[in-house]
Amino acid sequence: MSNAAMQITLTVWRQSGPDAEGKFETYDVPGVSPDMSFLEMLDVVNERLMHDGKEPIAFDHDCREGICGSCGFMINGQAHGPERATATCQLHMRKFRDGDHLTIEPWRSAGFPLIKDLIVDRTTFDRIIESGGYVGVGTGGAPDGNLIPIPKVVADAAMDAAACIGCGACVAACPNGAAQLFTSAKLQHLNLLPQGQAERWDRTINMVETMETYFGSCTNHQECEAACPKSISIDFIALMNKDYAKAQLKQRRLVGQSFP
Amino acid sequence: MALDSKIPEGPLEEKWDNHRFGIKLVNPANKRRFDIIVVGTGLAGASAAASLAELGYNVKVVTFHDSPRRAHSIAAQGGINAAKNYKNDGDSIYRLFYDTIKGGDYRAREANVYRLAQVSVDIIDQCVAQGVPFAREYGGLLDNRSFGGAQVSRTFYARGQTGQQLLLGAYQALMRAVHSYGVQLYPRTEMLDVVVKDGRTAGIVCRDLNTGEVFSMSAHAVVLATGGYGNAFYLSTNAKNSNVTAAWRAAKKGAYFANPCYTQIHPTCIPASDEFQSKLTLMSESLRNDGRVWVPKKLDDTRSPDQIPEDDRDYFLERRYPAFGNLVPRDVASRAIKHEVDAGRGVGPLKNGAYLDFGEATGRLGHDVIEERYGNLFEMYDRITGEDPYKVPMRIYPAIHYTMGGLWVDYNLMSNLPGLFVLGEANFSDHGANRLGASALMQGLADGYFVIPYTIGDYLAPLLGTKPVPIDDPAFEESERAVDDQVRRLLSIKGHKTVDELHRELGHVLWDNCGMARSEQSLSKALAEIPAIRDEFWKNVCVLGENESRNQALEKAGRVADFLEFGELLVLDALKRNESCGGHFREEYQTEDGEALRDDEHYAYVAAWEWKGVGDAPEVHKESLNFEYVHPSTRSYK
Repeated sequence: MSNAAMQITLTVWRQSGPDAEGKFETYDVPGVSPDMSFLEMLDVVNERLMHDGKEPIAFDHDCREGICGSCGFMINGQAHGPERATATCQLHMRKFRDGDHLTIEPWRSAGFPLIKDLIVDRTTFDRIIESGGYVGVGTGGAPDGNLIPIPKVVADAAMDAAACIGCGACVAACPNGAAQLFTSAKLQHLNLLPQGQAERWDRTINMVETMETYFGSCTNHQECEAACPKSISIDFIALMNKDYAKAQLKQRRLVGQSFP
Repeated sequence: MALDSKIPEGPLEEKWDNHRFGIKLVNPANKRRFDIIVVGTGLAGASAAASLAELGYNVKVVTFHDSPRRAHSIAAQGGINAAKNYKNDGDSIYRLFYDTIKGGDYRAREANVYRLAQVSVDIIDQCVAQGVPFAREYGGLLDNRSFGGAQVSRTFYARGQTGQQLLLGAYQALMRAVHSYGVQLYPRTEMLDVVVKDGRTAGIVCRDLNTGEVFSMSAHAVVLATGGYGNAFYLSTNAKNSNVTAAWRAAKKGAYFANPCYTQIHPTCIPASDEFQSKLTLMSESLRNDGRVWVPKKLDDTRSPDQIPEDDRDYFLERRYPAFGNLVPRDVASRAIKHEVDAGRGVGPLKNGAYLDFGEATGRLGHDVIEERYGNLFEMYDRITGEDPYKVPMRIYPAIHYTMGGLWVDYNLMSNLPGLFVLGEANFSDHGANRLGASALMQGLADGYFVIPYTIGDYLAPLLGTKPVPIDDPAFEESERAVDDQVRRLLSIKGHKTVDELHRELGHVLWDNCGMARSEQSLSKALAEIPAIRDEFWKNVCVLGENESRNQALEKAGRVADFLEFGELLVLDALKRNESCGGHFREEYQTEDGEALRDDEHYAYVAAWEWKGVGDAPEVHKESLNFEYVHPSTRSYK
């Protein structure tokens, strides 16, 4: 529990709008309690800025429980900061030391255009999901939930992939700005399950190709897995690549069957 | 105006079937002639938007989030109830209905709750078909666990992330509808007014959060699925951006707000640690399956928990409620914990909590089973408090979590404003005065997947051939002007208090006087204090920056302005309800052993409030509740 207050120096990227020029500004932050979350520390900075007549630092956040995926920025060059498997909102100041100097920047990727200060636009992730990240069943007419038994290991593996919160840290951490971890997490959540088989190959091709229109290519740096607040495994990327290769052949066979 | 709940005739089990047959339909080819706006993309909004689009309606979806997937439903941990009886333990639709009516302390509509229990089984099937990775047993079938207020295991779950997985299912269905059924999505767009023309809902006015542009959207019907108002209390388990604005602005246009005093306090949250605290974190109710709640028997016992022998511990929930033990409903558990802490037996540095102890369960089941069941929750607790719950018992204290009150709706989920539908937590309909655990997800998805797709047709069918009101109509222009004026006014005050400071003041007043225990005296005090904070807000709030680029302080200011008006109604409703029921506990009305004392003779009604102006007394409209099947009795979990 709590002990002595800390002194932190923050250097923060400030940019008033998408087309404005940005720059770093530095703030001294005395009296930081180790029990504060990182975002609560920023709340305190913002309150002080406003009392000084300065605009607060804009940053996305919502649930503050590490599940909505809204928050996140680079802290000293690490997406979501130094603690493994932890979103920024769940990072607490007790992980830092008195006198630390922290530099905060937004996610930097062409796929995530900047909106203001630390806020970026991640709608490209929605475009990837829209291209096939679902099982194409409408409401109504679903059979009893127990009709298809799913082995526990399969359900668990699908859940491991489905735990992705869509924060974008994987893209921000990747030297290539690739979105393979995000895309493969949704793909393999669905591709592993019996419910996802009907659209498996179409889904794979559509999601991978949509991903490639916005994001860079994967060259196995594995930074994404290290940055992921949900510890999504890069094994899913390997499975995605396998499915993508298979999908090319399967698609061809379907064409062959339809037009002999 | 008289409140017509439109509850169908006939026996309970047949009401929904009869109603579906009796209401009007829009034929498939005509559905594309109707425009519907859905506001909010949580479980209720996303499932409604996807289902309505699949039917063929033109759907526009508005959310203030950057993506529909961020809605606060995502944070629900524990699970979703359904009367599947997969566990062979005696569950049935009737039992789920009965538990919900009783859990709601006999303040919900029987017909609505029965329908909810009926469609609960379809929800699970639908979600499984979508690929929601529910927990499975080794044989491959769906697993269940038990939850508070029930003696059967009917809760389906996906680790501690059930809300996330259900929301992603609904979000994916919505994105599929964007791709295949032409749904238009408006992210980072906040609804700031409902437009009413000739007695019908004509559309909404929104503000683009990135550019500040105020614009109108018109439609044949508007569906609000904008969540609850727990953040009126400042500290709650709600996400930081959750707010009452959409519902409140509808109320200011004539929609009645029902039972605002029914607020749920969740017993197992991490106790507050300091003034900088921005929100409270919930620890799932599922923990009470294996965790035992206790405090030291002695006052001011400063020993660490492992130094306190069994004989010196008071497992007060097990002692007071032997039948349900640690799994009593939320309102009962919360009050019992408050009782112990108020008596000076609280634990932790601020003496503001009780222990939730897994020592016995770990001994019985082993470390691995506990980790399998609750691992991610334990990690979360450790991250926030710096304490390891495998070694030291968790500390918990109740916090505002959910709001049962909301906009009044009839059986079709339509408010008293024709064409304005309200779903999920934003409406008041199904939970009475207290919601059972794992029932919020059930209700959100029931409303969106299986109720609104049928009932909206009854309203739309007679409108065939009419066009929505054009957005250059004076009604829209006037509304846009009002929204614009408020934005400019907020920016022009340039005062000395931040929005959060004023919000915190309101939160303190509400929590201290209208929280877990309320009295005529405390409520009257709050009614005097809230207008003073509101006056100060409009004289002294500090909102810097401009309208034309992203301005989070400005957004927050608009929401807090609404909380400052709405908060007064919440307190007034609590003052006028001279009984204790569910989440509403009036100190004057309790039994000798401190349980809630209902007054069915005088208060078995829904209080639906009509807004009359800031500072003016609202008018109450009463819908009496008739219990034909479950006879109201004193709720006992002993």
